[in-house]
Amino acid sequence: MKAIVTVVGKDQVGIIAGVCNTLADHGINVLDISQTIMEGYFTMMMVVDLALCDEPFASLQSVLKTYGEGRGLSIRIQREDIFDAMHKL
Amino acid sequence: MLSLNNIFDTIDMIDKQHLDIRTITMGISLLDCVSEDPGRCCEKIYDKICRRAEKLVKTGEDIESEFGIPIVNKRISVTPIALVAGSCETGDYVPFALTLDRAAKTCGVNFIGGYSALVHKGFAKGDELLLRAIPQAMAQTELVCSSVNIGSTRAGINMDAVAKMGRIIKETAHLTRDTDGLGCAKLVVFCNAVEDNPFMAGAFHGVGEADSVINVGVSGPGVVYHALQKCKGAPFDVVAETIKKTAFQITRMGQMVAAEASHRLDVPFGIVDLSLAPTPAVGDSVARILEEMGLETCGTHGTTAALALLNDAVKKGGIMASGHVGGLSGAFIPVSEDEGMIAAAESGTLTIDKLEAMTCVCSVGLDMIAVPGDTSAETISAIIADEAAIGMVNGKTTAVRIIPVEGKDVGDVVEMGGLLGSAPVMPVHRAQSAGFIARGGRIPAPLQSLKN
Repeated sequence: MKAIVTVVGKDQVGIIAGVCNTLADHGINVLDISQTIMEGYFTMMMVVDLALCDEPFASLQSVLKTYGEGRGLSIRIQREDIFDAMHKL
Repeated sequence: MLSLNNIFDTIDMIDKQHLDIRTITMGISLLDCVSEDPGRCCEKIYDKICRRAEKLVKTGEDIESEFGIPIVNKRISVTPIALVAGSCETGDYVPFALTLDRAAKTCGVNFIGGYSALVHKGFAKGDELLLRAIPQAMAQTELVCSSVNIGSTRAGINMDAVAKMGRIIKETAHLTRDTDGLGCAKLVVFCNAVEDNPFMAGAFHGVGEADSVINVGVSGPGVVYHALQKCKGAPFDVVAETIKKTAFQITRMGQMVAAEASHRLDVPFGIVDLSLAPTPAVGDSVARILEEMGLETCGTHGTTAALALLNDAVKKGGIMASGHVGGLSGAFIPVSEDEGMIAAAESGTLTIDKLEAMTCVCSVGLDMIAVPGDTSAETISAIIADEAAIGMVNGKTTAVRIIPVEGKDVGDVVEMGGLLGSAPVMPVHRAQSAGFIARGGRIPAPLQSLKN
C-alpha cells in the first residue's frame, strides 16, 4: 500500500533526515520526495511504500505525529488513494 | 504524478474549507422482520439492524483516519416502518420507534431514518397507525427520524395526508416544546421521496433496494466558495466551469470512500448523493456561495438564478465522478444549518416566499425553518401543499421540515444545537388557508405523469 507523508513546519536542520530515519525504523520505503519553502514554512510531501511495514496504520500515524510535535512540525500520513481520486483521471 | 500543490490543495480543502464526507448511510431492509406479534417484530428489527450495522461506525472511523478525510455522520436507513409493522396485531406503533432508537444507540450511529410512510395515493392500515404515532415517537426517541411522502408526479397530492401532517407537526412541536420543538427537526414531509437518500431526516430504505446497501453523501460548500473567490467579476460561464471542476473533485473523493466502505463492510455500493450540504460553521455555507456570485444578501433578487446555476453545475461536475448517482443530489438550503441563510433570514431579506421559489431549482425544499408557535395546522398544511405542488409539477423531490416553536414569535431565535444550528423565527402569511385544507381528497396527477 502506498501512502503520502506530508510535513509542514518552521525550517530547521535535519527535518528530512529525521523523518526518513523514523520511516526507515518502521521498514517504510520512500519512493518520491518533493519539498519547498512555502510562505516561509518548510513544506514536504513523500510518497512511501508500506509493503514491508508491519506497524498498524493508526499507530504509525501516532508515531509520526509524536515525532513531529517534539520538533514543531505537523506530520501526517494518509493513504494515497484520496489524492489520486481528486487529482488523477 | 501527484504534485506538491495537488497534495496541499487537498489538505487545505479538508483543514481550512470544511471538505468532508457528510454521511455514510447503511440502508437495511426490514421486510424479512414482519411478524403478527409486535414484540417479536421489534426483536427481529433490533437484531437485524445490530447485526448488519455492527461494524459501520468502526469502519467509518478507520476510513476517516487512514485517508485523512472527516466522515461527519454514520447513519442507518430502514424500510418504511409502516410497511413492516402493518402485519402486526397492534394499534400502537411507538414501540417500533423505541426499538429503532435502541438499535441506533447500540450501533453508535448519529441517526436512524425510516420511521416512515408512503401515502401519496392513500392510507393502508399501517400508514394510518404510523402517522398517529409520529408525535409520541419523535418525543420519546432521540435518534429516530421520520418522513411521510404525501405526493408524487405520478399520483398527485393526497390532500387528506397533507391536512393530517399539519396537525402532526403541531402536535410534535407541542410534545417537544421543552426543546423548542426539536421533534419537528426529525420529521420531514415529502413529495416524490427517493428510495436511496442518505441524508436525514428524510432517509429511508426503499422496497426496490437490495437487502442492505451503502449510500454516501458528500459535502463541500466551503470548497466551492473558496474556488469562486478566485474568479471575482468573471462571467457566469467561468463561474459554472469553476463549480463543475470543484464538484468533480469532491465527488471523486465521495466515490472513493463509498467504494472503500462498501468493500470493507461487504455491503453493495448504492449511490453517491451529489450534494452541497452546509453546516452552521463559518465558511461552510451555501448562502455565501450565492452571495459570492454578486448578491449583497441571500434572498434578494437574483438568488433563484444564482442557485439554479449552482445546482446545475454541481450535478454536471459530479455526475462524471461517480459510478451511480442518486439520492437527492443538489444544493441543500436548510435555513438553521447554514450560517449565511441564518444571517439573511435575520436581516429580513430571506423570506419563506423566496425560499419557496428557490426550492423550484435546488435539491429539496423548505428545510429547517422555524415559524411562530401560533401558526395554525392549516397554514402548515398549506405550506406543505404549495411545496408538494412544486415537486409534483416539476418532477422533482420537494420537502418541508418546519418547526412551529411554541411561545416564540418573529424576532426570536431557536437554538437547535450541533449541526441543526439555530433558526430565526420567520414570519408566515396571516391570511388563513383553512377552507382550502378542509376540502380533503386528492389533487389529481398532472399531465406530466402520463409519459407512457
